[in-house]
Amino acid sequence: MNTFADQLLVLVMLINLVMLGTSRLIFSIRAVAAQGVILGILPGLIHPFSGHLAGITAGIILAKGVIIPYLINDAVRKAHIRREVEPYLGYVTTLLLGAVVTALAFVFAEKLPLAPEHKDLLFVPASIATLLTGFLILTTRRKAISQIIGYLVMENGIFVFGLLLTEAMPVMVEAGALLDLLVGIFVMGIVINHISREFSSVDTSRLRTLKEE
Amino acid sequence: MLIALVLAPLLGAIIAWIIPDNRLRPLVLPVTATVHLMLTASLLGNAPPPSPGGWFWLDPLGKVVLLCISLLFAVCAFYAVGYLAFRQERSNRVLCMGLLVCLSAMGTVTITQHLGLLWVALETTTVSMAPLIYFNHNARSIEATWKYLMICSVGIALALLGLLFLAYSTYVAQRDATLLLGPLMESARDLNPGWLHAAAIFLLVGYGSKMGLAPLHSWKPDAYGEAPGLVGALLAGGLVNCAFLSIMRVYQICLASGGELYFFQNALVAMGLISMAFAAVFMARQADFKRMLAYSSVEHVGILAIGLGLGKGALFGALFHLLNNGLTKGVLFLSSGNIHRSYNSKTTDVVKGVLTRLPWSGGLFMAGFIAITGSPPFSPFISEFTIVSSAFIEGRHLVGGLFLLFLAIIFIGMALTVLPMVMGEPPAEIEPTNYRDRLLTVGPPLFMLGVILLLGVWPPEFLVALLKDGAAMLGVRS
Amino acid sequence: MTDIIIHCAVALLLPPLLLGVIGKTKAAFAGRVGAPYLQPYYDLIKLFQKGSVFSETTTWVFRAGPVVTLAATLFAALLVPLGRHGAPVSFSGDMILFAYLFGLSRFFTTIAALDTGSSFEGMGAAREVTFSCLAEPTLFFALITLARMSKSLTLSTILTSVTPAIWLAAGASMLLLVGALFIILLAENCRIPFDDPNTHLELTMIHEVMVLDHSGPAFGMILYGAALKLFVLGAVFVNVALPVATGNTFADWAIFIIAMLGLAVTIGVVESVMARLRLVRVPQLLVGATILSAFAMILVLR
Repeated sequence: MNTFADQLLVLVMLINLVMLGTSRLIFSIRAVAAQGVILGILPGLIHPFSGHLAGITAGIILAKGVIIPYLINDAVRKAHIRREVEPYLGYVTTLLLGAVVTALAFVFAEKLPLAPEHKDLLFVPASIATLLTGFLILTTRRKAISQIIGYLVMENGIFVFGLLLTEAMPVMVEAGALLDLLVGIFVMGIVINHISREFSSVDTSRLRTLKEE
Repeated sequence: MLIALVLAPLLGAIIAWIIPDNRLRPLVLPVTATVHLMLTASLLGNAPPPSPGGWFWLDPLGKVVLLCISLLFAVCAFYAVGYLAFRQERSNRVLCMGLLVCLSAMGTVTITQHLGLLWVALETTTVSMAPLIYFNHNARSIEATWKYLMICSVGIALALLGLLFLAYSTYVAQRDATLLLGPLMESARDLNPGWLHAAAIFLLVGYGSKMGLAPLHSWKPDAYGEAPGLVGALLAGGLVNCAFLSIMRVYQICLASGGELYFFQNALVAMGLISMAFAAVFMARQADFKRMLAYSSVEHVGILAIGLGLGKGALFGALFHLLNNGLTKGVLFLSSGNIHRSYNSKTTDVVKGVLTRLPWSGGLFMAGFIAITGSPPFSPFISEFTIVSSAFIEGRHLVGGLFLLFLAIIFIGMALTVLPMVMGEPPAEIEPTNYRDRLLTVGPPLFMLGVILLLGVWPPEFLVALLKDGAAMLGVRS
Repeated sequence: MTDIIIHCAVALLLPPLLLGVIGKTKAAFAGRVGAPYLQPYYDLIKLFQKGSVFSETTTWVFRAGPVVTLAATLFAALLVPLGRHGAPVSFSGDMILFAYLFGLSRFFTTIAALDTGSSFEGMGAAREVTFSCLAEPTLFFALITLARMSKSLTLSTILTSVTPAIWLAAGASMLLLVGALFIILLAENCRIPFDDPNTHLELTMIHEVMVLDHSGPAFGMILYGAALKLFVLGAVFVNVALPVATGNTFADWAIFIIAMLGLAVTIGVVESVMARLRLVRVPQLLVGATILSAFAMILVLR
């Protein structure tokens, strides 16, 4: 089962690269949703079945695969956002940076003192690579909505690491974290709507009134 | 009893949501706040033992923060009734609900011993505060809200990664992975040092950005500057203290582990000094008095971090300062909210001669300025003095010297903004506004000023004992 | 011995059929009957029967272009193992020769195009070189990854040692490799979505624009060389993607030929359902392919 989990993690990392390379906003929303669904499937592969596990799986898939994409799509529709992603850095540059970051994640993961049963798994490099990709998207994209997507990718990366510890995390905390994420995205969606109304654009580079004179 | 602390504000939030009338709704705030304050008082006197499983326990550290939050919220709640009477042009439903949800989450932060739950509650405070910063519904406030949301969310997400690292360090140490504070501290010596170190860094960065420690403070001036005064007060006195409590929890684990403490303390002192330096630079000639208060908040989280980082005697000072800073910021933000309402501006080229136009608010702002810069007889003087004297006692002359230097620069910088603003002649042609000082907008900050004066002159017996207990949990045996 | 004969026969005779199958598939998608499967053979025969016209401004380079190109590709066809049998020519390190034989043929195609002095052909040559420059690392990363898996530098060993067991053990990196190789297959052979082999607009063409001035047998050589290149790279792809070996010589050859025809159908389907990419997007996709194969290499190396 572990090799299958590894293949899924490779897929997660591929989705990272796809998100860096694509210019379509809707496509990257779908990609992040797909990533969320994979994250939902993963715990079932590495831990023995239990009610707790089933709950987590259902919760993650529902939240990351269905509700969050719906909320973001809703924000896109309401704010009449154009479909291009509009990066500060070119696609090829960010894609190459993403590849470098992924390679670095592997190097870094080699050096970490992992528990013996996790040594051969891809969880740690996948987690770090996804986290850094999220950062990359967050910092190199102009649109508020892309920044949300970057935040989500980052959060996904953290979740990948959390999967190693699914049994240690009480349901209440998992549920709370997911709920916070949901509400956070909901609020961000509303804020985006207001940004687009106030500035007739969701370009965050216009948000620069507040600074020291 | 502990659960009531969480549920009562939530109940209040639901009631606030149901009430349709914009004038009636704010009354929920003081009622809930009074209930909360009474609960807090009874809990402080007679704290229940740790809950089975160890998830909830109001320990002395939690008590200090809870006391500060409850008191500050009560004052802000009464103030809100008076303030919102002037802001009837827009619905205050979201504001009232957000405040109450935030109060509930802040209560959770203080009573929980589970670091995961603490994280969830802290994230809830972040999200619930966002709509409040946007209360004024204009371009500037939306920008501030966006920056606040993004930076704090990302910061908090990094803290989650730190927590996972922490849990993993127990896993590598062949223990049951857990995030309960008690077991973590018991096994801290066996935890894998590499993972613990990584966890400490991520938690410090994550909670530090939430707390506004430089160089992670960039959202603070914007958010504090654009939020209504009472929201600013709760951000500076409530959220900051919750984040500081989270950092203290990490500190407890580092303390128990032994090896990690040295790094963590030094990191705290360094970030604290950087914060004070940033504040000193940006506070000079600051034309926007609310942004000036934000930088003052950066300065004071720096002081808190330094106090915690120095350890030993400074811990008492840090805990006391937590309380003093929260309450003094309340005075300053609430009175600055009044001034902002009255002049309809928050830049010092318009706002002049406040003492003439608004004698009460101007006086409060002036007194708050004197208190926050650490002048006697107010209580921040005592806490800052404790910290700096213990720095010299420990032989950390450089830290103590820089601390005093920054305090002096900040005093001058702040005075250059505050004095012309409060004294001086009010400008001849000024936009007339409907704001006048009323009992409900002046009384609450005045009460708070009384509290810090009292704490400065004669700190009550039980509080000193509580602070000593708290300091003992961080390593000082009294 | 039998294998070598079959190898040469298949490598020489099969390539034009692949073009025929691709054409037929596209016709089927478009609802047409389409040209017969053997049409490319008829075309080649017709071209070889014609006379040649050479522009007076060209030099021997222009005449050498098609010949060298075809020769290099033919040699490459001898290096690559077909149908799970070792190649007729193989030695340690031949994978590098393999890669640079294509480089040599590309060099002569482009220099022959430049020799004509036509601005359109110069433009096509520039594009061809740019894109192949981006495509080359992918091929190398893929070969290095496979070499690492088989612990050999000989193309025959590298490609025949891909077994179902390797697929099960390192499925993810194999999938990445197959994806990257397929993109390279399309890019190197100027298929949609990189280039449209049927286009007649000089401004949008890449490969076709370079050979506008060739005629008669020279053009026949170019067409045949292109088909052969598709065949050779397709064989590499099939070796990696379909690691089945029955042990029976003739069954293996049958499987190989069927797989090649299946590949041609797949290319036809891709060409029918996709549009040509905008020129600015092409490097993006090629860099993406490079990253895929580099990623596969990282997974294998760790």
